Amino acid sequence: MKAFETKNRHHELKEDSIKLVLIVASTISILTTFGILFSILFEAIEFFQLRSFWYFINGTEWSPGVDGSKFGAVPIFAGTFMITLIAMLVAVPIGLGSAIFMSEYASFGLRDTLKPLLEVLAGIPTVVYGFFAAITVAPFIVSVFESIGVTASFNSALACGVVMGIMIIPIIASLSDDVLRAVPDSQRKASLALGMTKSETIKSVVIPSAMPGIISAAILGISKALGETMIVVMAAGLRPNLSFNPLEDMTTVTVRIVDALVGDHAFDSPDTLSAFALGLVLFVVTLLLNVISLSLIRKFKEKYEINTL
Amino acid sequence: MSTHEIEQIQTELTTPGKLIGGKSQAQKNNPFYDPTLKRRHISAKLFKSFSILSIICSIGFLFFFLGDMVAKGIPAFKQTYLQIEVDYSRVKETSYRKALDKKYRRVVSRAWMRMLPLQIEEDPSLKDKKLKLWALADDQVDQYLKGHFYKLKNKDKQLIDEMNAAGNIELRFNTLFFTHGDSKIPENSGILSAIVGSILTLIVTMLFAFPIGVMTAAYLEEFAVDNKWTRLIEVNINNLAAIPSILFGLLGLAVFINLLGMPRSSPLVGGLTLALMTLPIIIVSSRAALRSVPDSIRQAGFGLGLTKIQVVQDHVLPLAFPGILTGSIIGLAQAMGETAPLIIIGMIAFIPDTPSSVFEAATVMPAQIFTWAGMPERAYIERTAAGIMVLLSVLLSLNAIAVYLRKKYEVKW
Repeated sequence: MKAFETKNRHHELKEDSIKLVLIVASTISILTTFGILFSILFEAIEFFQLRSFWYFINGTEWSPGVDGSKFGAVPIFAGTFMITLIAMLVAVPIGLGSAIFMSEYASFGLRDTLKPLLEVLAGIPTVVYGFFAAITVAPFIVSVFESIGVTASFNSALACGVVMGIMIIPIIASLSDDVLRAVPDSQRKASLALGMTKSETIKSVVIPSAMPGIISAAILGISKALGETMIVVMAAGLRPNLSFNPLEDMTTVTVRIVDALVGDHAFDSPDTLSAFALGLVLFVVTLLLNVISLSLIRKFKEKYEINTL
Repeated sequence: MSTHEIEQIQTELTTPGKLIGGKSQAQKNNPFYDPTLKRRHISAKLFKSFSILSIICSIGFLFFFLGDMVAKGIPAFKQTYLQIEVDYSRVKETSYRKALDKKYRRVVSRAWMRMLPLQIEEDPSLKDKKLKLWALADDQVDQYLKGHFYKLKNKDKQLIDEMNAAGNIELRFNTLFFTHGDSKIPENSGILSAIVGSILTLIVTMLFAFPIGVMTAAYLEEFAVDNKWTRLIEVNINNLAAIPSILFGLLGLAVFINLLGMPRSSPLVGGLTLALMTLPIIIVSSRAALRSVPDSIRQAGFGLGLTKIQVVQDHVLPLAFPGILTGSIIGLAQAMGETAPLIIIGMIAFIPDTPSSVFEAATVMPAQIFTWAGMPERAYIERTAAGIMVLLSVLLSLNAIAVYLRKKYEVKW
């Protein structure tokens, strides 16, 4: 009996220690999120002790490096917003149209060839897109606009926005495709039985039903565009520029973060710390967008009782 | 009814009525006639063509973009070589320029001329010889011969044209690109140090991300109770997947370099940062793989008296292994293309020699592409495109391997 009991205890100890190791491994993900939050928050608070928070949010002049340096981030936010807007104007129609084709009109064989091709587009590293934007797209835009007499900058927001839109197309297309296919077929059949054509079915029945999912895909695309670094570092400008003209050079939050940290400033200067303040804004905004996107998808799943998404 | 009569009725039924005047025959006979039908059909066709146009646009972008890269990168694989006479007797320790005729000194690559004293060191018998050798050409000569923008003096241009006519110029395969590291001299630069740096960084990434990811997935799938802590972990993993990559760079800078004092620009820090980014992918795919193992296997194990750890370790994990492997390869491919966080932790330094340990400064392939894209010399454009081709082929083959493994080991329960 005694030998049996000790063996049991030995086994239990081993089981518990392995379980402890697994729990420790699982907490690393929590540690990472809090690590990112606190490391950025800590340095950003140091920045806001040196410069005013309200001017950061509201001010329109960003001039680091000089003695009376001001850090008003509105031009930077405006540049980010403009490039993201152009990217969405490119990505949403093409992405949604591709999703509609793949889910409603394409045969199974065609769909099986098209989906991997879209995956390839999604898997291309963003530094490659950045090179493409800087070397091919930007000069093309400059020459096109010069031929009609308008000067465009080589670092135009239009070039960055278009290439960023191309990068986001696969995200919107593949998520919308999943959502459109998840709408129950009974809805389509009912609409066709009432005499509507296929396109009218899609326009008035399928898309409105799938709307929460499509909006969620678009929000995910916006979140990815906001956080995108390489395309804008290589193709956009460094100068904060508050303007409504997409042909001018603008800068974004991510470009300024890279510029502040790669330059030769002392680590405690407001120039370097401004990177963390911008990083904090980026973190909060993308987190909010992701939470909204996830809740929309959850509402959509509940509405149609789907388990496959 | 004959076919002709049926056709007659069909044309009657679909002919629209005249604008002025009475109803047509079709409208009088057919109570289901809809005058807007034609317009609706046209609208349906337009809608379908819009969706076809969108998909053609997406796929078209892909092929245009790949074609553009290949067109720009292919010239980099061929390098210009000139056949000239070299007088080794005039080579001294530090001055090697006299070994060539004066007219050749500007058109031959400085990097090639630098090697002449080293050649004599290795083989002293060369000291008094005069040989006809193929020398690497300067990058401006290379660009001129390839038809791009160049900066050559007229004298040099004439010399090159003469040599070309005399058959003393050759385009050879550019093996330098794969055997040299980065260099300030464009014709001498290659991608080797970046490839080695990438390999070291990814080894560190996988060493950390794979065990931790699989262990987390195993815990969440097999052992966790559905309470608020488990839900907190799951929410965190979803959030991590969506955080912009540059913020991981900020984490790496603040925690690994500043707080823990690890060497800047090393594959160690880069690998750890990328490991944190790859964790969510590995966790999600491993969970899916573990979930796909049917419960009957676990129940059979328990029925035979195994403990939970034994069931998971010896039965569930090996069966889920193909799915876990596929997910890890996809995560690896994504980590290979990441640049933004590595820039923040400093991996864009100028690295001419290949790193030999994970603690030395290194660079990775996408960072090398980024650096080259910012160089002013025209010759770097084709090298950037060639580097992109190398990177994309590695990524495509990794993804193809993952898909092949998934199809081969897919077990339908």
